[in-house]
Amino acid sequence: MQWFDLKSDRGGTIFLGLLTLVTLVVIVANQLIPAGSSLHLSTFTVTLLGKYLCYALLAIALDLVWGYCGILSLGHGAFFALGGYGMGMYLMRQIGDRGVYGNPLLPDFMVFLNWDKLPWFWHGFDHFWFAMLMVMLVPGGLAFTFGWLAFRSRVTGVYLSIMTQALTYALMLAFFRNEMGFGGNNGLTDFKDILGFSLQADSTRVVIFLASALALAGGYLLSRWVVRSKAGRVVVAVRDAEDRARFVGYKVESFKLAIFVLSAVLAGIAGALYVPQVGIINPGEFSPLNSIELAIWVALGGRGYLYGAVMGAVLVNYAKTYLTGAMPDAWLFALGGLFVVATLFLPKGVVGWFEGLSTRRKTEEVARG
Amino acid sequence: MAKGSAGTFEGSAHVAPPGEIDTRHGVILYMENVTVSFDGFKALNDLSLYIDDGELRCIIGPNGAGKTTMMDVITGKTRPDTGSVFLGQGTDLTTMSEYQIANAGVGRKFQKPTIFPTHTVFENLELAMQSDKRVWPSLFARLTGEQRDKIAQVMATIGLTEVCYSPAGLLSHGQKQWLEIGMLLMQEPRVLLVDEPVAGMTHQEMDRTAALLTGLAGEHSVVVVEHDMAFVRSIARKVTVLHQGSVLAEGDMDTVQNDPRVVEVYLGA
Repeated sequence: MQWFDLKSDRGGTIFLGLLTLVTLVVIVANQLIPAGSSLHLSTFTVTLLGKYLCYALLAIALDLVWGYCGILSLGHGAFFALGGYGMGMYLMRQIGDRGVYGNPLLPDFMVFLNWDKLPWFWHGFDHFWFAMLMVMLVPGGLAFTFGWLAFRSRVTGVYLSIMTQALTYALMLAFFRNEMGFGGNNGLTDFKDILGFSLQADSTRVVIFLASALALAGGYLLSRWVVRSKAGRVVVAVRDAEDRARFVGYKVESFKLAIFVLSAVLAGIAGALYVPQVGIINPGEFSPLNSIELAIWVALGGRGYLYGAVMGAVLVNYAKTYLTGAMPDAWLFALGGLFVVATLFLPKGVVGWFEGLSTRRKTEEVARG
Repeated sequence: MAKGSAGTFEGSAHVAPPGEIDTRHGVILYMENVTVSFDGFKALNDLSLYIDDGELRCIIGPNGAGKTTMMDVITGKTRPDTGSVFLGQGTDLTTMSEYQIANAGVGRKFQKPTIFPTHTVFENLELAMQSDKRVWPSLFARLTGEQRDKIAQVMATIGLTEVCYSPAGLLSHGQKQWLEIGMLLMQEPRVLLVDEPVAGMTHQEMDRTAALLTGLAGEHSVVVVEHDMAFVRSIARKVTVLHQGSVLAEGDMDTVQNDPRVVEVYLGA
């Protein structure tokens, strides 16, 4: 099966191997090694790593549309945040009457706003399956509507990027409003449990971490299967020579739309896994800045490799965690610096640079005979 | 079975069955009274042109005569202001989009060779191959042995077998031109529109291209737009001269070249 054919994907094999190893080590070090030992991994670190995995899945989603289809979306944070809100709504409903106001039906912020009943769009979110469905359907649906309009009108390049940026900005402003019914400025927080398990428990944290690792691996395998199919080759063909693809007989808009929707769904799943780990979702997640930072992860890691995006996401976020702790003022300079370095010296990202090295070595070996 | 399943009903005989082009009148491409204007400038001015099934037609004309606009109209890139464009008797091209026209059997080669640079030569041909080109079937498409043979055959025809697995972006200019022609062949079109196929080619390459195009005529209808007169002379049976968006002269090469109006357009004032 092509799904599991890892022979021709060295980078992917290394990535999946490392992911498995890290996941196993994390579980053992957190659950089996006693807290006093120096080898013990704190739950804080587990959650931090889980966050990185969600970012990595988000980066894969962007790489699908940007690296493979040439659509630079600067609004992918919107799909991530919508997925996050879907999960957040489920978690809010799970609080039940344990909120500050003790209302069995309404979340605290609604009681505070003197609402007397649940808005229609909050119905159903007490069921986990329904919430998970929405986590995929809402970002997917938005991507479908936006993409259908934009691709049909043949909006491309920087204009499309600006429109995606506007999309996430508009959503941010909308979600800031209390009247929207998503908790306004404060967003959704104060979560208690998920599927009946306390979110504060170490074991729950580890399970969510494991779920993130599985989602990342699954997202990677699915994306790789797609980009290696004939449809994937058409998508790259659209990126490289859109007119040619059209005159060869492909309905270019449909291919763009399909990859855009798939990408949005993956971003939504990443967002849904992110929220229980950080414990809050608020309109700040829609900030255009987040989406731009995401583009930097992918650019630095290497576009069009999938695992390159993963690497970029993990590297940049590790640097961010470290620097915002050690030298808070330096972080934005470092981020800007990374962007300059990636643009000037690593146009194909870190992975592309390595690939270039190994190709050159092979060529030299051939030349030597 | 009962008489009269809808498909064989006599009264509907003028509608070609889907996927087939009705050429019973011997003409495969009709352009009638086509006008296209850009900001008042008439790129095509009441142009009427008929291409016979299986013919090889050369279109010549000075810069700005409307040659490329004509191709844009046929392939759906530009919509005519007035006039009609039909493929066979029944297929109205002015209501179809580019990909539909391509799948209906019109292939186009651009002036500047346009191929998929990061795909290999093999993949370029594979993508062009006639098949179900919708998203879902493409996701599950697998090459059959027959299809592989077809790709190998076209690859041999265009002389690129040796570079089968090279990225197409690394090919020379002439090879790219050939690859694009090969991609057209994979589409199995009924009409091939070929815009300046020998631009930037050496003399040997030009000769091979001439042989290839004349070989294609018959099974396909081939329309060649070209500036290189020597090349046109070597392949042309019938030549159409465009000038200011309409047909100035039509006929075999000698007739056209001795036509005083053509001489005036090319050499005069």
